Amino acid sequence: MPTLNDILILLPEFYLVAAACVLLLLDAFMKPAQRGVLHWLSIAVLLVGIYLVVSGQPDVPVTAFGGMFVRDGVAEILKVFALLTTALVFVYARPYLVDRKLFVGEFYTLAIFAVIGVMLLVSAGNLVMVYLGLELLTLSSYALVALNRDSRLSSEAAIKYFVLGAMASGMLLYGMSMVYGATGTLALAQLHGAAAHTAMPNLLVFGLIFMIVGIGFKLGAAPFHMWIPDVYEGSPTAVTIFIGSAPKLAAFGMAYRLLDTGLGDLSHYWQPVLAVLAVLSLAIGNLVAIVQSNLKRLLAYSTISHMGYLLLGLVNAGPEGYASAMFYAISYALMGTAAFGVILALARAGFECDRIDDLKGLNHRSPWLAFLMLLVMFSLAGVPPLFGFFAKLMVLEAAIHAGMVWLAVVGAIAAIVGLYYYLRVVKVMYFDRPDEGMETRVQPDFALRAVLSVNALVLLALGLGWGPLLNWCRAVFPG
Amino acid sequence: MITLSHYIVLGAVLFCIAVAGLFINRKNVIVLLMAIELMLLAVNTNFVAFSRFLGDVSGQVFVFFILTVAAAESAIGLAILVLLFRNRSTINIAEIDSMKG
Repeated sequence: MPTLNDILILLPEFYLVAAACVLLLLDAFMKPAQRGVLHWLSIAVLLVGIYLVVSGQPDVPVTAFGGMFVRDGVAEILKVFALLTTALVFVYARPYLVDRKLFVGEFYTLAIFAVIGVMLLVSAGNLVMVYLGLELLTLSSYALVALNRDSRLSSEAAIKYFVLGAMASGMLLYGMSMVYGATGTLALAQLHGAAAHTAMPNLLVFGLIFMIVGIGFKLGAAPFHMWIPDVYEGSPTAVTIFIGSAPKLAAFGMAYRLLDTGLGDLSHYWQPVLAVLAVLSLAIGNLVAIVQSNLKRLLAYSTISHMGYLLLGLVNAGPEGYASAMFYAISYALMGTAAFGVILALARAGFECDRIDDLKGLNHRSPWLAFLMLLVMFSLAGVPPLFGFFAKLMVLEAAIHAGMVWLAVVGAIAAIVGLYYYLRVVKVMYFDRPDEGMETRVQPDFALRAVLSVNALVLLALGLGWGPLLNWCRAVFPG
Repeated sequence: MITLSHYIVLGAVLFCIAVAGLFINRKNVIVLLMAIELMLLAVNTNFVAFSRFLGDVSGQVFVFFILTVAAAESAIGLAILVLLFRNRSTINIAEIDSMKG
């Protein structure tokens, strides 16, 4: 029987479900002109959620509902950053949504439900919870991608995302069924012990491979990356920015729960597989990004390469590796929101700002935005002293400590290749002249400009003082 | 005598048909939705068989969750399909190629 204590452990999740339902009702009774209230209310809901996650955090990991739900340090950090980046997304998305007549309550409710999915997923203590959290996240995302109902590209992106996402869930489930058959349990904590003395080791490894395929799809790691560019390009930018942030944290959380908490015994099987995925992601992501002319597509391929770096941390399969991978996921979430935030700041009604050429001469038109984009691009490329550099350094170090020096070398070479296309964006902004007929003054919404500035400067601040965050990440993984 | 391996083979055959349906099919999006459903049914067959032979009920509980989520999933899938048809007047997979790369 669930007790009051169980409910208190899940308080942030229960609170968000209730809040999302209230927001949905409010939206139904509100006049369209009052939607601004809903916007700020949604942001407040997320910030209160962060407060509840942090303030109620127990000193030692606790479980609720018979081990279904785990509340530990890993879940806390991932939840805080998932909620935070979603709040940023809401701030950045508003002017874009208003300009395109997409400023509807569904956007907020669906995004909050997706975040609840993220929170359940990163706290999962059982294969059932992993599946349910994942589906809550992805089903909400499918609907978000199709938010712009009259757009041909949007609906095409949605159907591609749906078919490939559903197939990935099917693969993951098939793997889970094999693992269940081999071990006789669905609880991740019991799986850890049972995996060592199963009567059917082949079945277990078979299941593991299918689960890695599912995880690879959700991370967007090559060769399971084909949905990422189309979904990033086709969905409204306000949705792309969301898909590029919180779900990446969730994918790391899912990989950690399944591969370490669940099947940590089999790390000598999954380490080489993840290493191959990492190399492919680094190579495909960075090489294909070079030839892109669409900015959103370029960032999509850049995501794929960043997931390759995240996998470098996971390949280590030790506390150091997980901490560096989580550090990387957080850095990517913050950089991704900032990069798409700049695109959202420049977009106007009828102008998507999704080609690299649209940034021509941005330095003349808006020096501050150009500078922010410069920070973000340098951080994504991994130029010191920005946040992205230290995140890359940590995962490369983790790969070396795992005895895979060749993998770290591949990572370093990929970073140099990647530098080319990030610097191309910077070159277009600073050294190309604006085309005729381009807006001369760019004046984005005040809240957007202020928060975006803070977001980009935080990348610089965390690059100069990355110690506390890294220590926080390291402290939550038991050694 | 029907043993566990018969059920696993049945599950694998259903799963392979579903994957083939997803990859070989070049005509119609509705067939893709059917293939996805079939994939989930293959998983359910596996879970029920394992659950029965292991004498552990949790696998069957998982099946209920999968069935529920599958219903929600097809609802969203069909909604997206309606949208797609309204915007493009076709559900032929070969014609859904505005984005290349």
